[in-house]
Amino acid sequence: MTEKKFARRDVLKGTTALAAAGMSGALFAQPARAQAPAAAAITPELIEAAKKEGKVVFYTAMDLTLAQRLGREFEQRFPGISARVERSGAERVFTRIAQEFSSKIYAVDLANTSDLAHVIHWKRDGLLAPYLPEEVVKHYPKQYYDPEGFQIVTRVLVSPLGYNTNLVKAEEAPKSFADLLDPKWAGKMVKAHPAYSGTIMNSTYQTARDLGWEYFEKLAKQRIMQVQSATDTPKKIALGERAIMVDGAGYLIIQYKEKGDPVDIIYPEEGTPVATSPSVVFKSAPNPNAGRLFQNWMHSREGQQIIVDFARQYSPHAQTVEKPGVRKLADIKLMKEDAEAIEKGAEEIKKRYSALFKV
Amino acid sequence: MTLALPAQKEGRRTFKVDFSVPVLLTFAALLCVLILLPISWLVMYSLSEVDPATKERVFTLAQFRTLFSDPDLVEPLITTMIVAISSSVACCLVAAPMGWLVARTDMPMTKVIRALVTASFVTPPFLGAIAWEILAAPNSGLLNKLYRFLTGAEMDAYLFNIYSMPGLIFVIACYTFPYVFVLVANALDRIPGDLEDASSILGAGTWTTARRVTIPLVLPALLAGALVAFLQAMILFGSPAILALPAGFHTMTTKIWSLFQYPPKPELAAAASLPLLFLTVMLLRGQQMILGRKGYSIVGGKSGEPRLIRLGWFVVPAMAFVVIVLMLPVFLPYFALLNAAFSPIATNLVTSATFTMKNFHFTFFELSTTQLALKNTFILGAASATIGTVLALVISYATARKAITGYRVLGFLATAPIAIPGIVLGVGLFLAYTRPPFVLYGTLWVLLIAYITIELPAAYQQLQSAFRAVHPELEDASRILGATRLRSLRDVTAPLLRTSVLATWCFIFVSTVRELSAAIMLFTSETKVVSVLIFDLKESGDLGAIAILGLSMLVLTFTVVIFINRLPGFGSSGLRNT
Repeated sequence: MTEKKFARRDVLKGTTALAAAGMSGALFAQPARAQAPAAAAITPELIEAAKKEGKVVFYTAMDLTLAQRLGREFEQRFPGISARVERSGAERVFTRIAQEFSSKIYAVDLANTSDLAHVIHWKRDGLLAPYLPEEVVKHYPKQYYDPEGFQIVTRVLVSPLGYNTNLVKAEEAPKSFADLLDPKWAGKMVKAHPAYSGTIMNSTYQTARDLGWEYFEKLAKQRIMQVQSATDTPKKIALGERAIMVDGAGYLIIQYKEKGDPVDIIYPEEGTPVATSPSVVFKSAPNPNAGRLFQNWMHSREGQQIIVDFARQYSPHAQTVEKPGVRKLADIKLMKEDAEAIEKGAEEIKKRYSALFKV
Repeated sequence: MTLALPAQKEGRRTFKVDFSVPVLLTFAALLCVLILLPISWLVMYSLSEVDPATKERVFTLAQFRTLFSDPDLVEPLITTMIVAISSSVACCLVAAPMGWLVARTDMPMTKVIRALVTASFVTPPFLGAIAWEILAAPNSGLLNKLYRFLTGAEMDAYLFNIYSMPGLIFVIACYTFPYVFVLVANALDRIPGDLEDASSILGAGTWTTARRVTIPLVLPALLAGALVAFLQAMILFGSPAILALPAGFHTMTTKIWSLFQYPPKPELAAAASLPLLFLTVMLLRGQQMILGRKGYSIVGGKSGEPRLIRLGWFVVPAMAFVVIVLMLPVFLPYFALLNAAFSPIATNLVTSATFTMKNFHFTFFELSTTQLALKNTFILGAASATIGTVLALVISYATARKAITGYRVLGFLATAPIAIPGIVLGVGLFLAYTRPPFVLYGTLWVLLIAYITIELPAAYQQLQSAFRAVHPELEDASRILGATRLRSLRDVTAPLLRTSVLATWCFIFVSTVRELSAAIMLFTSETKVVSVLIFDLKESGDLGAIAILGLSMLVLTFTVVIFINRLPGFGSSGLRNT
């Protein structure tokens, strides 16, 4: 499952060597490689062409409030272009796009998923348009974008544990995934679904790889409340519907805590699952210029600062200013992301998961 | 009676062509396409698979082998049966006594009670299920909070757990009991009073008469109601998706829907749809057999008003019973939704200090799909209601007046979709209209087709019984005076049927707005409707926006219904049929 193939097109998380290869690809066009697109700025021509199209359609897996916030800010920044946001779980977004494309319906301009494996699919099927904004080339670490411009990581997500501080005292809160198997948490946990959410697809794969499927076998016996979205588990513990969140959007816990809700985050001892969340522009985009403009703006300093300040997520943009209250990514023990393994194993993961959790 | 046959259309004004036969034939062909196309795709898919080597579709029974051997599919089938039977029984236990109280006793405020039952029918079941989550989720539910507050019980003690099989059965029963209630109450309304009088004259007391005369007469209607409730419970998608999945179990409808997740398994979904279709057909046959005997209940012919039983002091518990029953599908859920709409936290009681318009603002000014979904819902509701009513009108005319040969086939075709559960039709239409010759997926047309197909049977039955009430003499007179069949239909019959036509229009509109199970299979981002948007928001837990959207949906429904009933020339101001 974890077998690595270093086919260039498959490797999205570049090593230094690969990043260098990407660089040289940009400098000296080599026949074997697709040429990296020229770094694109937001030019008046692009804005003008986007305004002619008048709208942009953005399918996304990000929390609805963030997605709408980005849409609205974009509309204000570029008056005359309306942004329509279509939010669902990453796996649902992926299914939707596949279903629409197979019926030759091309409604989507750009998409943001929280499952990097989707990009492997789309790229292989030749659905993506290469596009590299200037700021990305200048300010993004190489591992956060495809040198050929097929994807840019918009945000980095972690899926930690969380708990309701009214229902559980800090000193009694679980410290690790193993702690969740304690019978005292039976019936008190809420968990999201890997067939809906890309974050949870990542966390399920990483946890099963590191702790074994036996872990989930035992966890499934704990009378888990099963919701769909990684953005729902934080809401459920904030309401006090369940005491512990097994997985889900860590950034929402931080948002809710800052808002005054009785929730707190726990980074499990075994390591915290991580998911990079890339955005892509489709070749078939009905509003290609507006799509590119949105992609460019969303990854600019301005768009990325919203990811940091409002959404409380990790931005790959080197110039974003951190806002205190979020633990640095470097200070969290992270599990290792492996998009290729998920690309190959997604069906198997969903199958094993639903065999254990019954839904 | 049978003067009006097309063959006799020979007259002084021969230049006038009677379009009725081609029109009726067109409608018959249309119905065939509407119904047969999705069903044949469904059957074809369930019996085939794509050979990986040749990429050709080959015959196989593998889907059905999987369906009946894989526990992942067998368990939902069993669960569905348990849920459907239990909620049907629960519906009858509540609706029968209530129907009796309203129709047969001197219970006060029966009009209000009937109106409130209608309100529970207008409420989409999935919205009710979400409202019940807010009320009875074990820890955050308002009722459980109240229970802990009153008893001082532990933090995680609870009275109700809506995420459970009984919880699901309860919520389904809340929104299917109107079907049973209406059937029972109508049957009781129709039982002639003189049968009961005869019983009393022969010396039987009030209760003996009820037991020996009234109840046996209403039993067929009750059984029919039980069947309808069973069917509704079996084919619901929204409520189990909202309440069963968190509890860790599937019903057949949620399972079929999950088979469309990537990588989609349309063949298996098609095969899994067929048992639902088969069961529905069987049950409807059963219902026909039961209702077929209904004849004896109206033997009395024209007779006096039914006699009302005096409740006496019993009115107090009776009223309490009715109020409690109506609390469950109407008062409590609407209270929960209103609270969630204006509270910063859905499951906290709103106070003047915490009152917020944030959800309202978010839903209408930030959520970019709201307007699109409301617009689509409105267009689809109005279009399905209009087209559906016209279609039902023409077909019921043809069958009630035996206007063309083969009218029975037409009647059968118009009733057939009743046997197709929404989600099954959704799968069938998805298979039928995502490929040539009809590529309609991604347009509002495919949803329109789905809605019309789903609502046609009820519309047809309503209008057919209305046609029976209008004597053909009037049409005959018009035809003798030289009008074509279509003209006499338009100028004579239609005005007489005004009230029924309006009722049918409203019925289709309401049902379309609350439809989820076919829409969930057929929507695309551009053709989203409010019910699907609410379901989407449910999956990410955005309760505030759901409450606002749900309430707007109800406001939209009621506004349209009231507006239509007040249109000049329609409704109360016009002629009434008798």
